[in-house]
Amino acid sequence: MQDLKKSLLTAAWFMFLTFPIMVIRVDTIENTIEWRWHNLLLVGVSAFVLSYVWRYFMVRRERGGGKPQTDPAAQTPEWVRIVIRDKRILYPLLAAFTGFVASFPFLFSMYQTNIMISAMVFVMLGLGLNIVVGLAGLLDLGFVAFYAVGAYSYALLNEHFGLGFWVVLPLSAILGTFVGVLLGFPVLRLRGDYLAIVTLGFGEIIRLVLENWGAFTHGPSGIANIPRPGFLWIEFGLKDGIIFMYYVMIGLVLFTILVVTRLKYSRIGRAWLALREDEIACQAMGIDKTRTKLMAFALGATWASMAGVVFAAKTSFVNPASFTFMESAIILSIVVLGGMGSTLGVICGAMILILLPEYMRAFAEYRMIVFGATMVLFMVFRPQGLIRDRRRRHKFRKRDDTATSGDVAKTVDAHG
Amino acid sequence: MEYFLELFLGGLTRGSIYALIALGYTMVYGIIKLINFAHGEIYMIGAFTALIISGVLATMGLPGWSILLMTLPIAVIYSSAYGFTIEKIAYRPLRGAPRLSPLISAIGMSIFLQNYVLLAQTADFLPFPALLPELPFMEGYAGIMSSSELFIVLTAAAVMAGLTAFIKFTRMGKAMRATSQNQRMAMLVGVNVDNVISMTFIIGSALAAIGGVLIASHVGQINFYIGFIAGIKAFTAAVLGGIGSVPGAMLGGLVLGWTESFATGYVSSDYEDVFAFALLVLILIFRPSGILGKEEGHKV
Repeated sequence: MQDLKKSLLTAAWFMFLTFPIMVIRVDTIENTIEWRWHNLLLVGVSAFVLSYVWRYFMVRRERGGGKPQTDPAAQTPEWVRIVIRDKRILYPLLAAFTGFVASFPFLFSMYQTNIMISAMVFVMLGLGLNIVVGLAGLLDLGFVAFYAVGAYSYALLNEHFGLGFWVVLPLSAILGTFVGVLLGFPVLRLRGDYLAIVTLGFGEIIRLVLENWGAFTHGPSGIANIPRPGFLWIEFGLKDGIIFMYYVMIGLVLFTILVVTRLKYSRIGRAWLALREDEIACQAMGIDKTRTKLMAFALGATWASMAGVVFAAKTSFVNPASFTFMESAIILSIVVLGGMGSTLGVICGAMILILLPEYMRAFAEYRMIVFGATMVLFMVFRPQGLIRDRRRRHKFRKRDDTATSGDVAKTVDAHG
Repeated sequence: MEYFLELFLGGLTRGSIYALIALGYTMVYGIIKLINFAHGEIYMIGAFTALIISGVLATMGLPGWSILLMTLPIAVIYSSAYGFTIEKIAYRPLRGAPRLSPLISAIGMSIFLQNYVLLAQTADFLPFPALLPELPFMEGYAGIMSSSELFIVLTAAAVMAGLTAFIKFTRMGKAMRATSQNQRMAMLVGVNVDNVISMTFIIGSALAAIGGVLIASHVGQINFYIGFIAGIKAFTAAVLGGIGSVPGAMLGGLVLGWTESFATGYVSSDYEDVFAFALLVLILIFRPSGILGKEEGHKV
């Protein structure tokens, strides 16, 4: 009864709240008004239902949040653990997955392959931002600036000097690192939320400069006719070019995953995590704060810049409209929703966030509103993201009395 | 000289609007240490509500003055209601969470609200009716200041004076100051912190709505995206003056307004937004606590 009353009140409140914007549409030129009463009903009913859902999850959250999770492995669903343990299931599954990925361009149309390539560009971007946001805990809202640097460096170097994809890729990586250090150096002394705004400002400055400095960047009309990558001296046709691009992308993504995972468990990776958890305590342990942060920032920029080159090669056209704040927000939501810090999570996040809207074209216009709502809901109900990041754990076992050697056995958590 | 005066007064107008929005940022930041990213959207919703209400009233054939007098309070009420609701949904459950969480939630809320207005209304720019009346005695000064600019400056000054008095002299104002100094201590001496936080959001949103209606009426067009850039600039103003400080936000707004006005007037109008961002970056690098802000120590 109490619940019913609350939900009715919520429904009434939201009907009041959304009344002018949802119901009335004014045409100021013709001076006519359109009343859309059915929207009011829609808001009322959905607010009523959603308030029940909200309350249910709130109760669950409070119950679950009370006791700290002692064993994160216990959270993994049963079937996942069985699959990972049992090699007879795991290996065939992995083989099937590899086969599927490898033969994807031949199983599906060019259109699908193209979408897959852009999803993989976002995997790269997500993994790059994951270093900055997920591992080092620096909220970077202008990540798209480095993406733009990469894309424009390929477009411009190709236009003026005729440099090819394979030359520009490492060059742009270096350039990205350089720009990352350059931008990072002055701002990294700032505290978390200031950093967010300054990086956002930088992102916008770069976009505005690209838009207004017409002599250098061709302004809002952009640069067209950027070539796809070739292989040694071979130039591909349109179809083969896309297929080749797909495999290049797979190679790049694998390379990214390799580097990012190695980094995460390295000395610098542990320093990032420590810095994220507590800056002052971390400094007290003798970690150079500025250098460590700068490293994260620059490495993230490197990856974004490389992804930018791939993007320019894939679309064969760049203009400033591709590098808006919304792009940064999408990359950020990939990291946040996928699971901050978790490599697998970020990959899943990118795949879901990029592929889902592509395959649900009918709902394309609702994409951003769903993004926004999901970001809020994830923060409230599942702050760890889709896939929780697991710290690799080293356990000390009690010394076995029967063992002759006094070694302390070290086990490594298999899920690391 | 006349050009200088025009730029000066233009900057003053701009600056007072920035200041009105910046107050919302700074008050919220002062109390719960959160950059309320959705604040720019509140301002946009205020302007949109005003557009809709004034449109309805205009078709009913009411005269200009009464439209303004009815539209402004309704826009303020709606914006405050949005601010209140947003805090309840997106920020209140995240109290005590790591600092990144509410910030991301705020960004999500901002994206949500933008697209909510985009879908429910339109993506195009809509012409906004000139609600502010033309004053006959301002005609002689048309070269340097329009009457709507005069309205904006005067209203903003009055509202800010009212806010200062509210914070200084009322019981609620005292509770706000106490909460911003130390939340737990305020709770111990009997301040209802939840109410104070809600009130902060309501007041901040009301100020943003006033700013939104005034500037929309002055500029003459709005769309769903105006909140984003205005929000960032107002935040710049808040940081400029020292975030968390109420007089700082007012001063910061004016400084930002003048900077933009003179820079676009004397340097180049293409890079209007770049100046604001560059100023923000410079301030944060050289004086992160802002003009009137206090240096804060950090503890483990």
